[in-house]
Amino acid sequence: MRDPIRSEVVIIGGGMVGLSLACGLAGAGLKVVVLDSGTPAKWLAAEFDGRASAIAHGSQQVLAGIGLWPRLAGQACPIKEIRVSDQESPWFLHYDHAEIGDRPMGYMVENRVIRAALLQLAASLDRLDLLAPVAVAQVVEEGPGVRVTLEDGREITAAVLFACDGRHSAQRQRMGIAVAEWQYRQSGIVCTVAHERPHRNIAHERFLPAGPFAILPLLDDDQGRHLSSIVWTERRALAPAMTALPDKAFEAELARRFGDFLGAPAVIGPRWCYPLGVLHAERYTAPRMALVGDAAHAIHPIAGQGLNMGLRDVAALAELVVDARRLGLDVGSAAVLRRYEQWRCFDNTLLMFVTDGLNRLFSNDIAPVRLGRDLGLAAVNAVPPLRRLFMRHAMGVVGTLPRLARGEAL
Amino acid sequence: MVEDVTTKTSERRRSDDPAELAKFSALAESWWDPEGAFRPLHEINTARLGFIKEEICRHFGRDVAAMRPFEGLRVIDVGCGGGLLCEPMARLGAAVTGLDAAARNIEIAKLHAAGSGLDIAYRVGTVESLAANGERFDIVLNMEVVEHVADVGLFLAASADLVRPDGLMFVSTINRTKRAFLMAIVGAEYVLRWIPRGTHDWRRFVRPSELRSALERGGIDLTRLSGMVYDPVTARWRLKAGDLAVNYLGVGTKRAA
Repeated sequence: MRDPIRSEVVIIGGGMVGLSLACGLAGAGLKVVVLDSGTPAKWLAAEFDGRASAIAHGSQQVLAGIGLWPRLAGQACPIKEIRVSDQESPWFLHYDHAEIGDRPMGYMVENRVIRAALLQLAASLDRLDLLAPVAVAQVVEEGPGVRVTLEDGREITAAVLFACDGRHSAQRQRMGIAVAEWQYRQSGIVCTVAHERPHRNIAHERFLPAGPFAILPLLDDDQGRHLSSIVWTERRALAPAMTALPDKAFEAELARRFGDFLGAPAVIGPRWCYPLGVLHAERYTAPRMALVGDAAHAIHPIAGQGLNMGLRDVAALAELVVDARRLGLDVGSAAVLRRYEQWRCFDNTLLMFVTDGLNRLFSNDIAPVRLGRDLGLAAVNAVPPLRRLFMRHAMGVVGTLPRLARGEAL
Repeated sequence: MVEDVTTKTSERRRSDDPAELAKFSALAESWWDPEGAFRPLHEINTARLGFIKEEICRHFGRDVAAMRPFEGLRVIDVGCGGGLLCEPMARLGAAVTGLDAAARNIEIAKLHAAGSGLDIAYRVGTVESLAANGERFDIVLNMEVVEHVADVGLFLAASADLVRPDGLMFVSTINRTKRAFLMAIVGAEYVLRWIPRGTHDWRRFVRPSELRSALERGGIDLTRLSGMVYDPVTARWRLKAGDLAVNYLGVGTKRAA
């Protein structure tokens, strides 16, 4: 039998969260093995993931800290303003980045651009090995560490395992961690549209009766077309049929919600439809193992915070692991894992309830509720300190921040 | 095979204490249990390793951000127990010898290091026997040991012999103060029950002045002393330079011969 591959850290899942964590740790000098069941070349096709992600300011700092941002900067569209409005209400909430400094609120980046940059960065780090596609057969805690056996018979040993394999995490099941989960009667329709007028780097979120409808600015394409990413929340029963409409009919439905301020929208590329739900793991850790990103928590996309939460997990965990390793301490000890869970669980739970509450508050057409929330929006908008606090939340710069999220080195 | 060098010293005066050895042998199984009898050592490790790493990197001109900054340095951990300090030192690149007079501790330490994939030379024995054999190290660690030996002067003199000229000796212990009695014995053993009753004997605690003069007799000049205090808010130990009243640690340099 072959000798096992010896690593310090093994990560299951080579997605945006898994590779960010791997690059952060390997960049700091740890030996990292990443396992994924997929084929990396396919991750870059538009059909694999046509979505774009909102990278809040704090997340941009994390990506800069792990050395990824220079590979993304030219392909990231800055968000300079956010306008939140409620149906036809005259009151809306307006966040302008100029109010709290000259940096953008965040950026919109296509997921495949992020994935491509992460794969390049990973390939450039000699202490990082990406094994994909591979299938994990067994994971056991053994001595002060873990042993992962692959279907092809290879074995990997490490001091600690991080599960970054998404909301349907198979590793979470192996760890025997249950989840609290509920489904919304909503689905998210995602697509990219070209429109006649430039978006001027303004993100729009409007609350329609079926749920929030977001228009998020993307960079112009190489033909000079003005593009935006659409995240359209629709009643679950209606969404698949809506997604499958012929182009003309789909664009007509879109235009009704989109408004006419950017001119007529034309859909580009595939459309996606995802059922929306909330999920939170009952705990984040098991001996020698921890859940990271969507494997630990998935939330409503209302505030565009899913990936940002994952990157915040990455920043906290990378800091704890690197700090332990720099002192020569065991990176998979109960102390490291406990601190990670304490640090992230509260933050993630809070955000989950806030996004859930916002969605429930706004996804209806009940007159008194509408009046109440409109007054709320108007109040937030009218009180500058409150508005600035909300803006900092949207930018991901509130709470006990990991060094990476504060723009410091690991 | 456990190399037993204690027998060779049976004719000589010994600084270790059979009663203390029996006490620690009985607890050996729990060395690596972070919630067990040695919980305070696990918790204190971060603070004391921070001090040790900083001083070694400064003295030997090493890069603090490197993953293996101690490459090429020979380190001995005296009274190594289950290897709680040996393993971090080995991970940081040092060639580590772990020495303990209790054979049971050495068995546990060897087993754990093998599981961690670390190459550490563990030996049953005493500092006197090693010093007599003429062994010399770049760094000698004497952490939380002097308060358990029968003769502090004898023990530190033999330990000092193990340090090569211009090498470093680290010592940590507990001060013989009223506050130490209240916190380290009444608090830690009786009230909080962090550690078993009888772990420490207040009369064996060592004052910084006693430590300084014992080391000087061995040719080692203390260059830095710092207190270590427990912060109940963050539940972490941290260094506190001016407070040597309870737990404290220090580093000294061996004079050139």
